[in-house]
Amino acid sequence: MMHNLDAEALCQALIEQMRPQVGPDTALVGIHTGGVWLAQRLVAALGLKQSPGSIDVSFYRDDFGSRGLHPQPKRTEIPFDVEGAHVIIVDDVLYTGRTTRAAINELFDFGRPGRVELAVLIDRGGRELPIAPKYCALTLPAPLPANQRLELEADAAGALTLRLIDA
Amino acid sequence: MHNPQLNKHGELQHLLTIDGLPRDVISAILDTAAPFTEVAEREVKKLPLLRGKSIFNLFFENSTRTRTTFEIAAKRLSADVVNLNVSTSSTAKGESLLDTVDNLCAMQADMFVVRHAASGAPFLIAQHLLATGRDHIHVVNAGDGRHAHPTQGLLDMYTIRHYKRDFTNLTVAIVGDVLHSRVARSQISALTTLGVPEVRVIGPKTLLPTEVERLGVRVCHDMREGLKDVDVVMMLRLQNERMNGALLPTPQEYYKIWGLTAEKLALAKPDAIVMHPGPMNRGVEIDSAVADGAQAVILPQVTFGIAVRMAVMSMLAGQQGSYK
Repeated sequence: MMHNLDAEALCQALIEQMRPQVGPDTALVGIHTGGVWLAQRLVAALGLKQSPGSIDVSFYRDDFGSRGLHPQPKRTEIPFDVEGAHVIIVDDVLYTGRTTRAAINELFDFGRPGRVELAVLIDRGGRELPIAPKYCALTLPAPLPANQRLELEADAAGALTLRLIDA
Repeated sequence: MHNPQLNKHGELQHLLTIDGLPRDVISAILDTAAPFTEVAEREVKKLPLLRGKSIFNLFFENSTRTRTTFEIAAKRLSADVVNLNVSTSSTAKGESLLDTVDNLCAMQADMFVVRHAASGAPFLIAQHLLATGRDHIHVVNAGDGRHAHPTQGLLDMYTIRHYKRDFTNLTVAIVGDVLHSRVARSQISALTTLGVPEVRVIGPKTLLPTEVERLGVRVCHDMREGLKDVDVVMMLRLQNERMNGALLPTPQEYYKIWGLTAEKLALAKPDAIVMHPGPMNRGVEIDSAVADGAQAVILPQVTFGIAVRMAVMSMLAGQQGSYK
């Protein structure tokens, strides 16, 4: 039923949700990789002046002890002063909440933000931590089974698509 | 042949030597080090990866830079670090190497960083841990005798890649006391594994190992010939403390023939970089004007060394395979 989720339409819906809530000083931080694409789109559409940051949570994951280090971690780059800032963490799919937890921890190592919010394209259910998005384009009516992966993809022109994969 | 550094999944279990390390493992270490370089610019210069792990720096031989950078690397990963200057402790009272190791294992060590004057000491410890069923404890060689200094070799590769991007079109010269140098051995292994087409070793006959060309290098006994058109000059320290007998005339004469001066460096490519593993003997193997000059990347080597050691320790501490 959900194999043709329209990522572009969801992205548009997310922009409309966020528009009344963001100010000129709001800064976005995307979580690698889907969240970074999304954050770039949102910054342009919302006319934010601060270019988005990006976070790779590999060094903050809570499963390092059992799964080890993710190969080829990407750089975390926060191009603005976090101290006192209004920051919106952006991710494509919200699942257990563990990635969000890791991203919040990492963000705080750059300073003490004034306010942190979470924006996601899809909430697929299955939360394992007390984390909820402030902006969310679609909440699935029933949680996806654990053996299914929902992934955001971007083509060469930057068009976004969502794909459901049986793992 | 089984490589004692890799577990049965081909992942790094210990880091003992670069010799025999597959190219993709070396590349993975360098790739992993890259994001660690920016941690020093954060408000909180720490990552939680090794929180709760105990790392023992076992230095049976003096070292300041290597021990300090290993310590900083471990602390930036949130590990607990214990420094043992073993030359002044139990060993002096007669305790054997493996007894020392067993005692530290009884203190719940997770990793040993070992420097020893005897070649093969870290390998001996790794074998001992395996034989006694303690293969969850990792060993990093921080320099053993004349054998290997793998993290130095890796940080040198990181530095070269940072400035030159690609290894496959480079000419690299290693200059000086190759005979006594574990650093040179690790550099040569790493450079040839990464596909550098021409590695030259330059030095007096008395300070080059016999049949060094078997390692796949070109031997030069003349600085001018050896430095011609190279992209990278890797200087070695003249290791006075390891010399027995008359291998050299005097430091002054050595400097005249083998010391790197601006005039000799001019024979290399104009954008050549100059490296040195430290500690430098100014006016012996390198002239101050070169050591402090625009082409020197000696201090960036030290900084990159922290990130490379963070990468090695975090790759060892977690099993990498579950993501493949």
